[in-house]
Amino acid sequence: MDSVIRDIELWRLAAGYLFILLLIVFVKWRGLNREIRIVVSTARMTIQLVLVGYILTYIFKEPNPFLITFIVLFMLTFAIFNTYKQVGTKLSKKLKRIVALSMIVGSLVTLFYFNVVVIHFQPWYEPHYLIPIAGMIIGNSMTGITLGVKNLVDGMQKQKHLIEGALMLGATPEAATKSVVNSAFDSAILPTINNMVGMGIVFLPGMMTGQILAGIDPIIAIEYQIAILLGITGSVALTVMVFTTLGYKTFFNSKQQFKV
Amino acid sequence: MFELKDVTYKDILTIRSLHIPMGKITCFVGESGAGKSTLMKMLNIMISPDQGEIYYSGENVREIDPIHHRRRVIMLEQQPTIFEGTVRDNLNIGLVFSGKDEKPDKELLNALHLVSLQKELDEEAQTLSGGEKQRLALARVFLMDAEVYLLDEPTSALDKETEEKVMKNFFSIMKERKKTVVFISHSNELISTYGENKVTIVKHEVKDNG
Repeated sequence: MDSVIRDIELWRLAAGYLFILLLIVFVKWRGLNREIRIVVSTARMTIQLVLVGYILTYIFKEPNPFLITFIVLFMLTFAIFNTYKQVGTKLSKKLKRIVALSMIVGSLVTLFYFNVVVIHFQPWYEPHYLIPIAGMIIGNSMTGITLGVKNLVDGMQKQKHLIEGALMLGATPEAATKSVVNSAFDSAILPTINNMVGMGIVFLPGMMTGQILAGIDPIIAIEYQIAILLGITGSVALTVMVFTTLGYKTFFNSKQQFKV
Repeated sequence: MFELKDVTYKDILTIRSLHIPMGKITCFVGESGAGKSTLMKMLNIMISPDQGEIYYSGENVREIDPIHHRRRVIMLEQQPTIFEGTVRDNLNIGLVFSGKDEKPDKELLNALHLVSLQKELDEEAQTLSGGEKQRLALARVFLMDAEVYLLDEPTSALDKETEEKVMKNFFSIMKERKKTVVFISHSNELISTYGENKVTIVKHEVKDNG
């Protein structure tokens, strides 16, 4: 199918920034002190996307498996460090290692499975597929694990008394932290699960919208979207499963004493 | 039962030598913040000393699996630990934690009776008052067949009369079962009536033993 998409003329794209100006005027008028943040965010978005545009153009022209692997790993590393930053509280070295391990295992295993078995494109490094799919999988795993880490750390602090009370009676760390770990897991995957409910009714997801705009048959766009949503759910679930299964252990020392 | 030698924990506690006898009721006395709870937590391996050795039945606790140890030497904190669920759930949870089978309702009711708590097993435990929660937590440890019971002010939220009744029941059954009990209390009556062995802690230092 030929692409029917129109190129947006530069001045028209620039006109799109009008609403950012409106937003700035509004927050200034309300004294919200957010002008700089809005300007910086908009500028970052523009610069980052322009750069990515050029990089993707280069990669698509001459696909190189090493370069593409490097890009995926770079995305993953960025996501891991962004998780540390987003959580807000100081994390122990051990917990950081578990976050990194969970992200690596969760994202890469799902990415591999969906690329090889479900979407099945060749060669495996075909950047038109690999890069956007990796982006969606890694990005969503990052959001999921951030929620998981926040809730785990928060739960451990708030339930300290109950956890210690259970340990004093001879509970294993696993049994003593069961409710905290379960609620961290639940809160981490719930947004992804809920997201599936509104699909197609409340909103058309970004990837599908993009494909439809690019003139792809909606049925094909939907096939891809279903595959991607399953991939995202799988990746978030796997990442958070690895994280919660291992993460709680970092709150205990070798004497099974609770260290919060 | 317990032997402690040259134990120090931060600047909270110093113990040159301490013996806690088997099958006896020992009480820890001392002012608030003297280090009584810290000492108790060390016996339960919830914390480990910076220096010195603690022996339990001749075995160095450093060599013992802490979870296995805590199932023999259980501890009850001053602020009662009440979990989500009913009174029944809360009574059974100690057994569940220590890998044992839950008890039939008859035994649970018996434990409630022992601590003078007239509550239905299906009642939500979170709705109980402070004193009731404390008694529920005590009934829970009573159901666990441990070797040593460490009780940190188990009846601090009760009135004198109830405290006397509950502890009298508890101690007499523990004596019958030949269990070792260590308790912390500010009640002189409890200490003088039931304490067979007294450990005084003054300004972070264990003073005497006997």
